[in-house]
Amino acid sequence: MITLKVNGRTHTLDADPATPLLYVLSDDLELRGPKFGCGLGQCGCCTVIVKGQAIRSCITPVSNVAGAEITTLEGLGSSAKPHPIQKAFIDEQAVQCGFCLSGVIMTAKAYLDRNPKASDADIQQALSGVLCRCHTHTRMMRAIKRYAQGVKA
Amino acid sequence: MNRINPINRRTFLKTGGALVVTFSLAPESLFSQRLDGASSNQLDGWLSINADGSVTAFTGKCELGHGLYTAQTQLVAEELSVPLNRVKLIQCDTEITPDQGTTSGAQSHPTNFNQGSLALACATARETLTRLAATRLGIPADQLSARDGIISAKSDATKNVSYGEIIGGKKFNLTLDTRAKRKPASDWTILGTPVPRIEIPAMATGEFEYVHNVRVPGMLHGQVVRPPAVGSSLISVDENSVRDLPGVVKVVVKKNFLGVVAQKPWQAIQAANKLKAVWTSGTGLPKHSEIHDYLRNNKPTRDTLAVNSKDIDAKLASAAKVMNATYLYPYQMHGSIGSSCAVADVQNGKATVWSATQAVYPLRSTMAMVLGLQLENVHIIFKMGSGCYGCNGADTVSYDAALLSQAAGRPVRVQLTRKDEMAWENYGLAFAIDQRIGVDEMGTIVAWDYEAWSPTLGNRPGMTNPGNVVTGFLAGFPPAAFAARTPAPDPANFANGNNAVPSYVTGTVNGKSGGTGKVPSERVLSHDVVSPFWTGPLRSPARLQNTFAHESFIDEVAAEVKADPVEYRLRHLSDPRLMDVVKRAAKAANWDTRPSPRNGARRSGIASGRGIACVLYEGDNGYCAIVAEVDVHQDTGRVAVKRLVIANDVGPISNPDGLRNQLEGGALHGISRTLNEEVMWDDQKVTSIDWRTYRPLPVGAEIPKIETVLINRPDAHAAGAGETAVTVTAAAIGNAIFDATGARIRQIPFTPERVKAALGRG
Repeated sequence: MITLKVNGRTHTLDADPATPLLYVLSDDLELRGPKFGCGLGQCGCCTVIVKGQAIRSCITPVSNVAGAEITTLEGLGSSAKPHPIQKAFIDEQAVQCGFCLSGVIMTAKAYLDRNPKASDADIQQALSGVLCRCHTHTRMMRAIKRYAQGVKA
Repeated sequence: MNRINPINRRTFLKTGGALVVTFSLAPESLFSQRLDGASSNQLDGWLSINADGSVTAFTGKCELGHGLYTAQTQLVAEELSVPLNRVKLIQCDTEITPDQGTTSGAQSHPTNFNQGSLALACATARETLTRLAATRLGIPADQLSARDGIISAKSDATKNVSYGEIIGGKKFNLTLDTRAKRKPASDWTILGTPVPRIEIPAMATGEFEYVHNVRVPGMLHGQVVRPPAVGSSLISVDENSVRDLPGVVKVVVKKNFLGVVAQKPWQAIQAANKLKAVWTSGTGLPKHSEIHDYLRNNKPTRDTLAVNSKDIDAKLASAAKVMNATYLYPYQMHGSIGSSCAVADVQNGKATVWSATQAVYPLRSTMAMVLGLQLENVHIIFKMGSGCYGCNGADTVSYDAALLSQAAGRPVRVQLTRKDEMAWENYGLAFAIDQRIGVDEMGTIVAWDYEAWSPTLGNRPGMTNPGNVVTGFLAGFPPAAFAARTPAPDPANFANGNNAVPSYVTGTVNGKSGGTGKVPSERVLSHDVVSPFWTGPLRSPARLQNTFAHESFIDEVAAEVKADPVEYRLRHLSDPRLMDVVKRAAKAANWDTRPSPRNGARRSGIASGRGIACVLYEGDNGYCAIVAEVDVHQDTGRVAVKRLVIANDVGPISNPDGLRNQLEGGALHGISRTLNEEVMWDDQKVTSIDWRTYRPLPVGAEIPKIETVLINRPDAHAAGAGETAVTVTAAAIGNAIFDATGARIRQIPFTPERVKAALGRG
């Protein structure tokens, strides 16, 4: 049995310890935020935050994060009460299909929370391994910078 | 957790909706690409007024990430004069929505926003409600006005009646009135405004339910095992190889279709990896570096003439100067960010499939073929997937899930692996295009000759061809037959759906000019050949490839006769709206009027330049011009696009922010495809199987400043907006590179190697 702390709730699950965290989150816990994009850690769709770090849950064995606090996209906020970075994406309408948002939002949030004084070039570098195939890049960068302003303030 | 149940008519009625009519089965279309289905002329099929006065509307056109759900909701709210939040739009479900064929081709806005379909239903309803209110209030209809779902006397607002009071919960029992008047754009308060996308708050917070999130009771997880090479057939499967793995429920074989079903997704993936199967070797593939020669030499061909003035050889022979050039385009992939996924429940001779298909009714038809079921026993429910940009794996994975569910006797969810998505999808078309132009002594074009070769295999499945995508083929269905035809017959009508005809010719067929330009001598000859890979529509299919060739070539000719690229285009255009987007883009970009290349271009360091390109998409579906400004890093061959100015005319603008989002996304998608994207393969199989071997522009990439100029034409017909910008980006960038360096690159993608080679630095 493995104990997981996800979005402030504790779950005890019977899972093969080698199972990638993503499958436990999206199948056993039926969370909708982290998504399977590639299963190879290359696109970002499965990103969650563990100990302040954005990690790719599709290549992280669930046993590696047992007991750690895991935050998914829905753990940040809700549509009724969105987290400031989610609100920035809503305000900037920085979405097309929206499938990649865990990668974009969780990667940017984890990075900016640790690097509140990041420059635009730093933010770009932090997102150099995140994909959005609708190419909503312009608005996403605007939303991230809007959130970054709030973090700095 | 929410459990998902199909909305069927019974539960729908129980949840408070008004009665809706069911749809008689649509007659089968002969066309595989049904943009429009049988639809419905029954008002109750399109919308109902609920007891509380709220509106439930039904559409056969679905959300793909392009904002259509919000725009259609705006349309319903506007035409019916109800607040946006009182409209619930139900999209694409074969038991409850109209059959509107396929959501594709940038045709959904035109279909539902011009006089017809959803818009006409809403207008019919508003006029009917006003008429009923007139009787009820004893006030003539022309003295009434509707607002927020209430009809009141213009002179005394206390004399009023609500939609709910008039007809709430009851049927209209009317057919659509083709004379019903639409609201004029001057009266719009909801359409034409930047209404935020309805789904974004749920998407940004992980609440939104994609097809990938559909969970049904008792659901198992499947994975498919695709052949190891193109053309491989299955010889044998050793089911014992996975028998002892945890969670494995079943190995499924149907001809060359192979898959496994397990209790958990990770178990299914492991079983698929470990399943021992013996396959024949592949049929072999043409050399990647010789693909364009392969296309030219492949026989048989299907030849099509879009225009032929029959004087082209004589005009070229007598021209003051003749130029020619060849443009090459690679296979590219949709490469959806989320690999395709579907959930199917096939039991007791009935199938329910949750699918991100763009075509629920056509999929119902081919699904019935694949499963051997009666059409009326197949229910397809659209659930949004990740952005598809055309025919991605949504249909094929729907067959995968259904075949596995049918064999397992339980609901099965399948999400393809990244490799299975990429190696077997229906790729966007490679192209080889030869262009010849003759100019007179003044440098004016007198003749334009185009000849192109492009490959085809499969396509959307349409109503009758499940073998047009890989799963249907593996399960035993052939792809649509290739209809060879040589020579091409003379065209019967002018049609430019593929933008094979350049904007600068008259497009004259049978004495009637349907084109947008002035050049009278014209020949446009296309050859389709059989493709070694599956092909299908990818955002701006053939239109992008042709426009790249046309808009690059006119730039080459302008440079040869030392004309400014904007002036030279305008000199040969006749369509005022196309000329207008060119002028507006140039003006907004502060276009530097002079011939290309710029003076003093040196072949080292960073060189900067500007280029323009334009299109009337599909010959009648949206005008766009882009000015691109680039920096060419000549020592490395890297191209940095610094600025894009996009002028776009879609007729009446339903949602300016949604339109901007599409133009920005389309242009960046265009940059990614222009600079980065190309499907690779070896002698047996596709080798672009992940994001290391197929490399789009990441979110952190250096991206240009994008400015959009929206031209609103409230009285024109609504045109598509999703595919215009992507169509002109490649040529605008290529022209800017030429302007900066004097080097012309005629092959996509513009990789650093190709740029350096064009600069003579290879």
